[in-house]
Parts: sequence; structure tokens; C-alpha cells
Amino acid sequence: MALIEIDNLVVTFAARNREVQAVRNVSLAVEARESFGLVGESGSGKSTILRAICGLAPISGGTIRIAGQPAATRRGAGFSRRVQMVFQDPYASLHPRHTIDRTLSEPLAIHGLPDADARVVRALTDVGLPPAFRFRFPHQLSGGQRQRVAIARALMLEPDILLLDEPTSALDASVQAETLNLLNRLRAERGLTFLMVSHDLAVIDHMCDRILVMQHGAAVEELPREALAKAQMKTDYARSLFAASADRLLGA
Amino acid sequence: MTLLSVENLHVTFDTEAGVVEAVRGVSFALGRERLGIVGESGSGKTQTGRAVLRLIRPPGRIRADRMEFDGQDLGAAGEREMRALRGRRIAMVMQDPKYSLNPVMRVGHQLTEGLRQRDGLSRQDARAKAVEALAAVQIRDPARVMEAWPHELSGGMGQRVMIAMMLIPNPDLLIADEPTSALDVTVQAEVLSILDKLVRTRGMGLIFISHDLRLVARFCDRVLVMFKGRIVEELPAHNLMQAQHPYTRGLLDCLPRIGGPRTPLPVLDRTADWAR
Repeated sequence: MALIEIDNLVVTFAARNREVQAVRNVSLAVEARESFGLVGESGSGKSTILRAICGLAPISGGTIRIAGQPAATRRGAGFSRRVQMVFQDPYASLHPRHTIDRTLSEPLAIHGLPDADARVVRALTDVGLPPAFRFRFPHQLSGGQRQRVAIARALMLEPDILLLDEPTSALDASVQAETLNLLNRLRAERGLTFLMVSHDLAVIDHMCDRILVMQHGAAVEELPREALAKAQMKTDYARSLFAASADRLLGA
Repeated sequence: MTLLSVENLHVTFDTEAGVVEAVRGVSFALGRERLGIVGESGSGKTQTGRAVLRLIRPPGRIRADRMEFDGQDLGAAGEREMRALRGRRIAMVMQDPKYSLNPVMRVGHQLTEGLRQRDGLSRQDARAKAVEALAAVQIRDPARVMEAWPHELSGGMGQRVMIAMMLIPNPDLLIADEPTSALDVTVQAEVLSILDKLVRTRGMGLIFISHDLRLVARFCDRVLVMFKGRIVEELPAHNLMQAQHPYTRGLLDCLPRIGGPRTPLPVLDRTADWAR
């Protein structure tokens, strides 16, 4: 049994007098400790799948199961202990008027976990930030440092699944490398399962074992990592996406 | 022919914590070509671009030995003369369409505002021209986008609207600040080919500011690499991959590659001698 199972997921948004199907009958399964990537252009529905898993997008068809359990309509406390999300923009995802300490200790307070103090210090150390940063506000941190805080926050409840929504696309190349290295280290150390969204095929290739290419809300093609590197894709769309990224490497 | 020449440009900000030097002695000359400026955030590349248009607000200050655009001294130009240059002769595409489009104005209104005010076109003519500009940046349904509010557009659409808006007055120099960073690879390729075509057909000069070295290597003619407000290396774009400076090398090596190894990505060593 896979850890994350999604069957025929449909997400429909109703806007004024028209309906938009953001996700159309997408199925995927992610094994425990696997890293699975979703790629596609903006509007292809890849982030919406992550949001649907968390209950942040309206599901109008299909099922989502985590470790065999259907996700309840109201995601309970047990769900947040297992599944956490890291958002794209660290400038928007941290509360601007809460200190890092408050941001990190809030999940502990909600779940009634003891030793908040020690846990916050450990969380910061784990993501490579000095413990003194807990007294800072987000605006006193750089983009990369903020994303580290967002990762630390996602790990406060020691979940086994991390949903990563473009975790490095707001960061510089050099900071992106540091953040990707951090995510890979944490995954190895804690046996995490990643479901990661990115529009950058090179990033997905570096991070993921299997890849699902999406377009207009539908799944186009699933590829193992090896097939991507050898450009063995079956559909034209996946190939065009590959070509658009591969030619960035010209001269490399 | 030199379109823009900048000598010893400094941009400083007086802050409570002392003077911050964002740009320290940058010099370059630009013809009708594509000049790339690369560097990390905070390296001063955006401030360099903004300084050319004198878009640095107090407490920021611009100082340069010479800053000349098409024979006109930008340092000595009055605010009125600068206004005549901005948009019409030198245009700038800002980084983030979310912040650079007016959120309470329909896209069509924003696109036609300049045409109506500056060029005195009729409502109909302005509208036709705006629709044409949107089509030129590959927007599939220009009529719908004209009626849309900025929040209804995706990042890629917003960025293309910005580019369309900047290109309507047919500028001689376009300063594009990370114009494609918010876009998908497929859209990115489209926007670049649009910009490329404009440089070729209109003979426009382009300053292309980006943190993406590979993109710049592919797209520009010449590249300036900036670090901490200084140009650390200048080289022809096709030689970028053979760059010598450790900072440039570090930026190149830290990018993941399709089919590359799974080992940790190399990161910049900020304690090395060159980083002081």
C-alpha cells in the first residue's frame, strides 16, 4: 500500500458564472520514503493537488488516502501530525508580526507538545540557522533564511510527509542549492516522503525518484527519473517541456 | 554606436545603521545589443538598472562620473526631461507583475492610459493598439485580458502584459529586470524570443537583469557579473561557461542539471578571499 494514494481527483472552482476544472481525474501513488515530483506550467493544477491534499482546495470527485485512510473532510489534528506543507513564497507564508519563536512554537501549543523551548532551538539548528534567530521577525531574515524557517515550521510536528510547493523558486540559484541540499539531508535523516511541485525540471530531476508531468489540470505522463535524464518521454508535451529546459543547458 | 554609457556609478542609501553602498563604481557601455547583468539578490543589479532611469528615491543617492543616453547627460537632466525619456525612450520591465500593475485598474485601462494621455489617441485607436500589443506578446485571448483585473491574471500573463505595456511606445532601450523569473520554462522561451525579435527588428538596446546565468549565457551578447555592488567579471555571453572568477563559477556550478549526480549541490564559499 502506498503512503499517499490519489484516485481520479477532480477539483472544480466555481467563479461567478463559470466553472474551472483545475484538476481533472488525476491519479497517483507515492510510496513511503519516496520523493515524487509534479511538473507543469502555471495553471496546470500541480499546486492545487497539494492544496487538495491539505484540504485547502474543494474536492469534487475522487479520493485521497494517506496510509490507507481516506482524508476526512475536516482534516484533524492527526492529519497535521503526518502531513505538512512548505509554500512557495517565504515572504508571504510567514506571519510578518510574529517572531520566529512564535511561528515555530504555535504548532506545539496547538498539539499540546511539551518542551517547546528545546524543540524550537533544535528545529532551528536542524535547518542550519543560529538559535538566536528565534527572536527575530521575518523581515530581519533573507529569503533563504525565511524558507529555512518555513521548513523548520513544517517539521515541528515531526510529520512523515512533506508537501513542497515550489520551495526554491523564489530563491537565488546559490540559495536554492543550499535549500535543496537541506531538504535532501532532512529526507535522508528522517525518512521523509516528499511530494514536490516545481516548474523547473532540473530541480525536480535532482530531487525526485518519479515524476508526473501535468498540463491543463490533467496528468500527461509519468516518468521514472532515469527516463527523464535519457529523454525517453512518450508524449509530445513532456518532450517540449524537456526541450525548453534542456536548451537552457546549451554550452554547459 | 553607443546608446548608453555609464562611468563609475555609485548608488548609496543613508540608513539609520550607516551608509549602505548598493552600487560601487560600476562602468559599462551599451550599444544596440543585449547586455546581461547577473548576480545574486543584493548584488546591486536592480539598483544599477533603476539608476539609469534615475528611479532611486531618497534617502538613496546616485553619483556617477558620467551617465549619458544617446548624447544626453542623464546626471544633469531635469525631472521634466527625465519624464520625457522614461517610457518613451527608455522603458523598464519590473520584476514582479503582482506589484507593478495597478491592482484597481483593468488591464485594458492601464495599457491605453499612456496612449490616450501621451499620444492623444482616441479611445478606439488606443484600444486597437493595446490589443495588438497583447497579441504581439503571444496572449491568446487579448479581448478577455483587456477586461481583466490584474489579480485575475497568472504570473506569466501579468509579466507579458507588463512587457506589452513597455513596448507600446517603441523605446530605444529596454531595461528588463528579471522579466522571466516568474514564468514557466515554456512561457519563458516565448517571452525571450519576443524580446529577441524586438532587439533585432527594432534595433533596440536591452539590459537584461537576471540571476539565471544559463539563461543569460544563451540569450545575451555580453554579460556583467555583479557581486556586492561591483562588477567582478565582464565577458562575452558565449564564454560565460568558461568564466574564471570563483564567484561566477560558483553561481554556475550550484545549478542542478537534468541527469546530474544526486550528490549535494556545490554551494558558494562566502568566506573565500574574493568575497571580502
